[in-house]
Amino acid sequence: MTKQIQISMTVNGEAVSRLVEPRQSLVDFLRYEIELTGSHVGCEHGVCGACTVRVNGDIVRGCLMLAVQADGAEVMTIEGVSDSGEIADLQKEFHERNALQCGFCTPGMLMTAAELLESNPRPSREEIRNSLSGNYCRCTGYHAIVDAVETVAESRGG
Amino acid sequence: MKPAPFDYFKPSSLEEVFGMLEEHGDNATILAGGQSLMATLNMRLAAPELLIDINGIDDLKGISVEGDRLRIGALARHQEVEQSHDVAEKTPLIAAAMPFVAHPAVRNRGTFGGSVALADPAAELPACITALRAEIEIAGGSGRRKVPAEKFYRGLYDTDLAANELVTAVEIPVIQSGYRSAFDELARRHGDYAMAGVAAQAQIDGARISDVRLVFFAVGGTPVIAESAGHMLEGQDITDATIEAAQDVLDQDLEPFDDNNCTAETKLYYAKVLAGRVLRKIAG
Repeated sequence: MTKQIQISMTVNGEAVSRLVEPRQSLVDFLRYEIELTGSHVGCEHGVCGACTVRVNGDIVRGCLMLAVQADGAEVMTIEGVSDSGEIADLQKEFHERNALQCGFCTPGMLMTAAELLESNPRPSREEIRNSLSGNYCRCTGYHAIVDAVETVAESRGG
Repeated sequence: MKPAPFDYFKPSSLEEVFGMLEEHGDNATILAGGQSLMATLNMRLAAPELLIDINGIDDLKGISVEGDRLRIGALARHQEVEQSHDVAEKTPLIAAAMPFVAHPAVRNRGTFGGSVALADPAAELPACITALRAEIEIAGGSGRRKVPAEKFYRGLYDTDLAANELVTAVEIPVIQSGYRSAFDELARRHGDYAMAGVAAQAQIDGARISDVRLVFFAVGGTPVIAESAGHMLEGQDITDATIEAAQDVLDQDLEPFDDNNCTAETKLYYAKVLAGRVLRKIAG
């Protein structure tokens, strides 16, 4: 039996504290311990991007970081950026353009698109595609997703 | 899948790391960015008893210019390297390669030293630092040493690093005036591991090229220096004919093997295409 470790962090602005097994990934911690199930678990080896969350302001793969490594960090999930209204325009545009079908990849897509537009307010379509290249969508074929991100970049006046 | 259970220790000094490595030997694994290690653990391809998380060791962080060398700390994140003005100015080859290193969320977390030490044959950075004749700074319980990148990579995932050592930084000679570099790779999806790739730097005077370093990756167990092509090009003008001759001679330099993405024959073909692209880019 390995030694459990006490960790504390803020998740979507709220302080949380738990005793965890070292091997628990950050995304499993968020889903099972904090009961925020918006971040999805797809491939569990860093390929699909469905588990994308923000740690100290930067997006990361929730499956490739341990919960213990987020001790002391500020974590934002899709629930946090959704409730704050930060990505309301992205969400609306994904809806308008049918940029999702099953929706499994959507939280990761939105987290990645939000970071792209933050660092590069007026990306080209190629830059949007490169940025989203680490997020798999098996339904849409990506065109509608790229369209949605491009439209939001335009409407934000980037 | 979920990883097998392990203990976790986060030291704040290298001395503590060496102590833990001494005590636990092969049962301990160093955790840096974790972007390859965590996948390996999740798939249970490895099951160490202890992870030593080095992310709290400040000595391993940062990027600095020291005389005619750029020093990239082992814990510099790919994103930090990608955005560094010093890297862009002093080692433009590294800057050109960074957008090809995985995806944004992985670059935010993955480290320069981790990629260098893992020695994945399809990774960009080992080829770049080999092309640039960089030195790898290594520390262990018995002291510090430096190894040229060319000698560091010994085989598939096999390096000069001993079990009780870790990479602390990479020192890269700053690009000299009259030199140009270029980087390119072919992957099925942008950011995925390459099917073939090349890092190149050379001196260029008008159309005349010299001191050519063409280093390929994903076409062998380690970064592969195209020595015959380099010799063939030495002192030549870059023309369609010399590029074609250099591409032909790559048959002698490269012995790729089949992988999940493509056959050896395809890899060799891609390598030749890429050689043409980077040479034309260097020639301007």
